[in-house]
Amino acid sequence: MRSKFDEQLALLNQYMIEMGTLCETIIADANQALLENDEGLARKTMAADAEIDRKEREIESHCLRLLLQQQPVARDLRQISSALKMITDMERIGDQAADISEIITFGSIHEEDMVRPIDEMAKATMKMVIESIDAYVNQDAELAHKIIAYDDVVDELFNEMKRVLVERIATQCCDANAALDLLMIAKYFERIGDHATNIAEWVLFSITGSREGDD
Amino acid sequence: MDKDKLTINQLNLHYGDFHALKDISMHIPEKKVTAFIGPSGCGKSSFLKSLNRMNDLVETAKITGEVLLDGEDIYGKMDVNLLRKRVGMVFQKPNPFPMSIYDNIAYGPRTHGIRNKAKLDDIVEQALRNAAIWEETKDRLKRNALGLSGGQQQRLCIARAMAVEPEVLLMDEPTSSLDPISTAKIEDLVLELSSKYTIVIVTHNMQQAVRTSDLTAFFLLGEVIEMATTDQLFSMPKDQRTEDYITGRFG
Ligand SMILES: Nc1ncnc2c1ncn2[C@@H]1O[C@H](COP(=O)(O)OP(=O)(O)OP(=O)(O)O)[C@@H](O)[C@H]1O
Ligand SMILES: [Mg+2]
Repeated sequence: MRSKFDEQLALLNQYMIEMGTLCETIIADANQALLENDEGLARKTMAADAEIDRKEREIESHCLRLLLQQQPVARDLRQISSALKMITDMERIGDQAADISEIITFGSIHEEDMVRPIDEMAKATMKMVIESIDAYVNQDAELAHKIIAYDDVVDELFNEMKRVLVERIATQCCDANAALDLLMIAKYFERIGDHATNIAEWVLFSITGSREGDD
Repeated sequence: MDKDKLTINQLNLHYGDFHALKDISMHIPEKKVTAFIGPSGCGKSSFLKSLNRMNDLVETAKITGEVLLDGEDIYGKMDVNLLRKRVGMVFQKPNPFPMSIYDNIAYGPRTHGIRNKAKLDDIVEQALRNAAIWEETKDRLKRNALGLSGGQQQRLCIARAMAVEPEVLLMDEPTSSLDPISTAKIEDLVLELSSKYTIVIVTHNMQQAVRTSDLTAFFLLGEVIEMATTDQLFSMPKDQRTEDYITGRFG
């Protein structure tokens, strides 16, 4: 019936999947650069942020064109307007993964400094990002709720990181520079978790028409 | 809660054997804009005409149920002429009287007893201004209205309907033959008038319903499928048929 419009909406979903994959990759690469103390990979990861920015602009102009040409209402309007909000958070995720990579290039963190919760935070946020795009494409409210709840796991990991690092600094068993840089990195991962939560909240909006924590 | 201006209870309309409106009950709040949307032939115009007894003129039409205006049944003892002064109408097709532009507007006020020339001049100018057609007609008020273009005739009819200051204004696709500028002016007018009048507007333009109305009712095959605040209906419709219609995926 509106086959052209439906094609354009399907294309929007595809773009969102692509941008979600870019976000997942950049988090994974930042994490790997950290685990393997790989400065070369860290530099490549910083550059990958530009691709996410490009994708954001591509999706943004696609959405604006659809708003103008199709004057969407109801579900269509929610799908498009929530995409516009989601890509802002996804773009921030790219920035923060790049910030993490930049810290790695400072070279203060060595393999013996590594702590377990960082890797877990990276994996948890990757899961949140990729699942929120799944929830968006499949209009899966239950999954979106799960993702929002999962942010507590990330927050708990961050607290654990803090405890470990405080103890290390206190016992002077490691380089304080490394500890502070690790804390910054952990904070960035924690922020990535917050952005993933925002994304999941917009997914819920696209399904239910109301914002989490509204009434 | 808003006060009801019109309350419709179980209205049924038959044209001969054809059941055109099926058991419609609805509250139309005072000093709000209510929009009717729905596919062609679903009964929007028929319903609108039932609200000021325009269907009385159709021989085959048979109506049951109640239409209350401020609580009083319009199909009861109410004087039809008074009813039509209180509930004015702008038709889907412009229908200017075959007389001058001036007389078209002055006709209603005159029949309601206004004779003072200065007063009539005033009413005519104000009505034409409100309907965004004053500039085009002020130098030819004495010319026959039938010489106006279709869009101008439509605005003239809007001016004529407003000249008698109705309490309720029924507008059946008032902008379907207008250019975007006149359309925007009429929509602004609707918004402005809604502080004083109760307005019901039929439109095929979804965005017009969104822009102008507080409430929207979706009609389908002689029934009201869903009625809600316009925000609600266009963001989160409850019925799948409403969703399909407003998103253009109907059929
Ligand atoms: N005077 C009449 N006699 C017989 N049938 C009529 C009459 N007026 C309308 N109808 C029928 O009633 C149904 C509703 O018509 P109506 O004009 O109310 O529809 P509508 O929703 O206003 O359509 P549109 O959007 O095309 O103006 C249609 O099937 C129409 O053919
Ligand atoms: Mg009609």
